[in-house]
Amino acid sequence: MSLLSVENLVVRHGLLQAVRGVSFTIERGETLALVGANGAGKTTLLRAIAGAHQPAAGRVLLDGADLTNIPSHRRVGMGVALVPEGRRLFVQMTVEENLLLGKTAGRPGDWSVDKVLEMFPNLKPRRHAKTGHLSGGEQQATAIGRALMSNPGVLLLDEVSLGLSPLIVDRVYAALQGLIASGTTIILVEQDLNRALAVSDRVICMLEGRVALEGPSKEVSRDEVTKAYFGLHRKGTGSVPA
Amino acid sequence: MSNQIIQGILLGGYYALIACGLSFMFSVMRIINLAHGSLAVFAAYALWLLASRFHVSPFAGLLIVLPLMAAIGWALQRFLLERSARGGALLPILTTFGLAIVIDNLLFEQFGADTRSLAPYIGSLSYDSWEWPGNIYVGKLAVIMFATAVVLLGGLQLFLTRTRLGRSIRATSEDPDTAGLVGVDARRANAIAAAIAMVTVGLAGAFLGMRATFDPYAGAPQLLFAFEAAVIGGAGSLWGTLIGGIVLALAQTLGAQVHPQGFLIGGHAVFLVVLFVRLSASGLGVRGLLRLGRTS
Repeated sequence: MSLLSVENLVVRHGLLQAVRGVSFTIERGETLALVGANGAGKTTLLRAIAGAHQPAAGRVLLDGADLTNIPSHRRVGMGVALVPEGRRLFVQMTVEENLLLGKTAGRPGDWSVDKVLEMFPNLKPRRHAKTGHLSGGEQQATAIGRALMSNPGVLLLDEVSLGLSPLIVDRVYAALQGLIASGTTIILVEQDLNRALAVSDRVICMLEGRVALEGPSKEVSRDEVTKAYFGLHRKGTGSVPA
Repeated sequence: MSNQIIQGILLGGYYALIACGLSFMFSVMRIINLAHGSLAVFAAYALWLLASRFHVSPFAGLLIVLPLMAAIGWALQRFLLERSARGGALLPILTTFGLAIVIDNLLFEQFGADTRSLAPYIGSLSYDSWEWPGNIYVGKLAVIMFATAVVLLGGLQLFLTRTRLGRSIRATSEDPDTAGLVGVDARRANAIAAAIAMVTVGLAGAFLGMRATFDPYAGAPQLLFAFEAAVIGGAGSLWGTLIGGIVLALAQTLGAQVHPQGFLIGGHAVFLVVLFVRLSASGLGVRGLLRLGRTS
């Protein structure tokens, strides 16, 4: 059975339908990359899986259990952890306090503050600094560490490279590579197509709230993804996305 | 003069105690509770009822009244504030304003207009004093109040920074949405925070009743003192609240020295000065306020 499956998920922001009937599954240990233009519904999809948005229709199943009516804080306890877009750290609190908050749900596992600091050595000297005073890379490391502290079964990463210099992005991905190798199940949203294809097993390209392309990352060509990204694959419909 | 200063500082302990819950609720729940004073008076009445009807000493009575206040805080958050907060930031303020009127009038209906005090039920504590060097007499009750304020504020500070629940409450106050995403039950954290705030209100009510008298409409002046102490100390800062309480009390004591009617005026004057200094420091000076008034 798939670890996580999303069935015909529809999510609305008021009148705007951000996610329009998306279905996919992810196996244990798999890394899935979500790509797509701004406004394609990637962030909304991740937030709906994490429980921050209530879907208008469809279901999210974790290990066969229906998550749809379960609030976000209990989903963390069941093993779904989101690293939100823009980090969303508690800036008045220290790195250590932010990390410890990740433990609130009390899911058993072997992640600890020391282990996170080992994975992100740049955080070691900043352990007792308020996260509002950190650099972007340090903040991103804290946000990832905070999610890991809940010992997630599925880790959702929303644009972890946003606003970081290329050098820092390399460092964050080097750390993530270790996680991927250790068999953590990951869904990641990434704007850099090459990077998304390089780290993932499978890729889903979203367009206007729908899945435009899905396939193994090794087999899809950059060209195919680009077409799906801009909606060029839909021949004859005559619609040009804005 | 040193006598006045010491008495003022000790009175500041009481103001810090009454401001503590207001400041705590504002800092962690972003709610300005205008029923704060009325709830303190309610607690004082509950203790008075226990003492006069059932001969329970007010200190023992706290064992009953503080859990009751915690339950009230929890219910207040779950059934009133949480719902009204969905209607925008202004609605909880109006709701607590209405609640204050309801509490005041229920107390009036139940207990009448008579002035009450807990002083008769605490034996000699209400007038006993210690002699300190320099021929200064300090009331035992005043010292106990000050010590309670320091312990309470320090305890809350430790609770918020050192415990898992305290961190959850702080995280919820900063960003409830993200708190949920890291596994914090934001509704529960807020309900617990409200319960804690009401326990401090219960303590403040007890000391209000012991050190002075109260009647059903005594809540509004208590709210005012709490407000002034919280604003002077910097709303939301727990140790600032203690400083704020002391500054307010010193200003009142010095005001009373200048003129017999100067007690309240002195406090209000310092409050207004601090308020304008803070507004100026934040870039919105008196001139800015006037401009704001003209453009709107």
